[in-house]
Amino acid sequence: MKVSLFATCLVDLFHSSYGKATVELLERLGCDVDFPDGQICCGQPAYNSGYVKGSKEAMKHIIRTFEHSEYVVSPSGSCAYMLHEYATIFKEDTIWGPKAQALADKTYELTSFIVDVLDVVDVGAKFEGTVTYHPSCHMTRLLGVKDAPRKLLENVKGLTLVDLPLSHNCCGFGGTFSVKMGKISEQMVDEKVASTVATGAQYLIGADAGCIMNIGGRLTRQGLPIQTLHIAEVLNSL
Amino acid sequence: MSMKIKDEPFKDRLDESLQNSFMRNAVSQAQGRFQSRKQLASDELGNWEEWRSHGEEIRQHVLENLDYYLQQLSDNVSSRGGHVFFAATAEEATTYIKNIAREKQAKKIVKAKSMVTEEINLNAHLEEMGCTVVETDLGEYILQVDDHDPPSHIVTPALHKNKEQIRDVFTEKLGYTASSAPEELALHARKLLREDYLTADIGITGCNFAVAETGSICLVTNEGNADLVTSLPKTQITVMGMERMVPTFEELDILVSLLTRSAVGQKLTSYVTVLTGPREELDVDGPEEFHLVIVDNGRSDILGTEFQSVLQCIRCAACINICPVYRHVGGHAYGSIYSGPIGAVLSPLLGGYDDFKELPYASTLCGACTEACPVKIPLHELLHKHREVIVEKEGRAPISEQLAMKAFGLGAASSMLYKFGSKMAPSMMNPFTQNNAISKGPGPLKAWTDIREFPAPEKERFRDWFEAREKGGKQ
Repeated sequence: MKVSLFATCLVDLFHSSYGKATVELLERLGCDVDFPDGQICCGQPAYNSGYVKGSKEAMKHIIRTFEHSEYVVSPSGSCAYMLHEYATIFKEDTIWGPKAQALADKTYELTSFIVDVLDVVDVGAKFEGTVTYHPSCHMTRLLGVKDAPRKLLENVKGLTLVDLPLSHNCCGFGGTFSVKMGKISEQMVDEKVASTVATGAQYLIGADAGCIMNIGGRLTRQGLPIQTLHIAEVLNSL
Repeated sequence: MSMKIKDEPFKDRLDESLQNSFMRNAVSQAQGRFQSRKQLASDELGNWEEWRSHGEEIRQHVLENLDYYLQQLSDNVSSRGGHVFFAATAEEATTYIKNIAREKQAKKIVKAKSMVTEEINLNAHLEEMGCTVVETDLGEYILQVDDHDPPSHIVTPALHKNKEQIRDVFTEKLGYTASSAPEELALHARKLLREDYLTADIGITGCNFAVAETGSICLVTNEGNADLVTSLPKTQITVMGMERMVPTFEELDILVSLLTRSAVGQKLTSYVTVLTGPREELDVDGPEEFHLVIVDNGRSDILGTEFQSVLQCIRCAACINICPVYRHVGGHAYGSIYSGPIGAVLSPLLGGYDDFKELPYASTLCGACTEACPVKIPLHELLHKHREVIVEKEGRAPISEQLAMKAFGLGAASSMLYKFGSKMAPSMMNPFTQNNAISKGPGPLKAWTDIREFPAPEKERFRDWFEAREKGGKQ
């Protein structure tokens, strides 16, 4: 199966290990992965801040980049959701509307692609440790990917999954919210950190680079020994 | 605007709220209780999503046919001997009500809980003309006794106070001597309020729903205070937002179920009271005179716009009870009587961007509000819509942000620019980098690194790794 990776700008620039794990994992599951080189950012930071017109060029650029892809898979629920959202944003546009819809139809978040398209729940991974999982808001609520990460993690050998208290609460990232409303964001991420500590887990796993960067950045700042990992890294451990 | 509860700028309101640990503790505990009760009450129905769809459909239908149902409601109230007044503005509403009070030479007025009367600042107007206004909902009563502390939640207005604080208020203001046990506090208030019901000249209520087909108004309460407000005083005035209607009792049934389950996780509240017009000849109680004041106050300006769905709101507060931002900042930080996600959407619409332009940004767009709403208002989309209006129609975004976004837009739409910029990033950030992390970021990064570490840009970007791997043949 041919899969185009939409790595996202955060992964490309700051967390290449998430991208590498995604590529290796998908290849191990029999996919032929390519990385259309023109891809940049989905435009979400500007779009969510209200710059709708100002972010449309970035969106069109992404649509063009993946025009000939069979499947588009992204290791980020939020960015995958944004690609879906293009269909609504360009709904009234006779040229870009259908193209945006076509992109939305073939775009998947990584775990949902593995479970729903590849129909795999056991990727044969082994990972020793106690982990907790933070369900990202856009991925669970807006994209509707709720169960796939858990199904995959439950089948990882050696891994003990502990429930994260108050897991439904946002970690306080929210793109530009994290800096624009820094004081509120701080309280939100602090509560998320406290919940994580309460689980006694060694690792906090996420499926969205933005949220992991936020929670991980705060964990490190507080000198806490809990390590953050992207779910692709765990599923790619053998 | 009268819905404004604080004059301080948003930043100061926020600081004050974040430092109030009593309030924050009370709010997060209350959220926990509300969330688990709502979960049980909605699971119990088995098909909550179907109920939500029904709710949405009913509310949309009413909004699409608002003129028809308003006419029908008005005709039916009139035919039962009631008076109907359409108030285009807050001022028209308060003037009409003041005229009734003057005509009745009213000295004391008892009130059941009503957000729309808060919105039009009714109490202050009535007090100004010398009337004593007594709030009879326990939460509102506590706030009124505490020197008119504003409500911080649309259903449980005194949510920001714990029972010890309430005891202190009662001790100081009412000569209360008993404990902080909620039962004892309630008993004390109840004893004092009984006197007020019996001596009041006018009873004022809000309106959870008005039934157009019969001209009835429905009040949903847990304390029974609304029943006394509407049965003892000779004159009753009900104030309603113009959109708070249902066509018939059949739809009322669905919406009341959605309201009570979403608001407080109850199948039904202790009292669901339906009142139709003034007392009739054989009635044992009820007012001799009934006035229905239907308030527009900016609502019709929302009709037909991209924000219309906000008028579907049934004021259940489910969005507030789930909101992770409200959880930390509480209601007063919003500066409006309407707080939480619904407040952040509604306040700028009814009260203007001058006072409330920050509110749409006080959200991570996490979508918890949208998911919780029993009538499916896409709240996070409306918050985003506000941002779009603020930036692109109103041009109110800070210049620095506009420039940054312009640069972002260029970089994100041009492969060449992006590739060049991202290649340069590690060396540019090198002076700020230690152990692969940035602890004190320059410029806009500072707001991030004030709170948490920022990862250093990688020398080998993901794309470099991928390209090298493709060239070298996969290992």
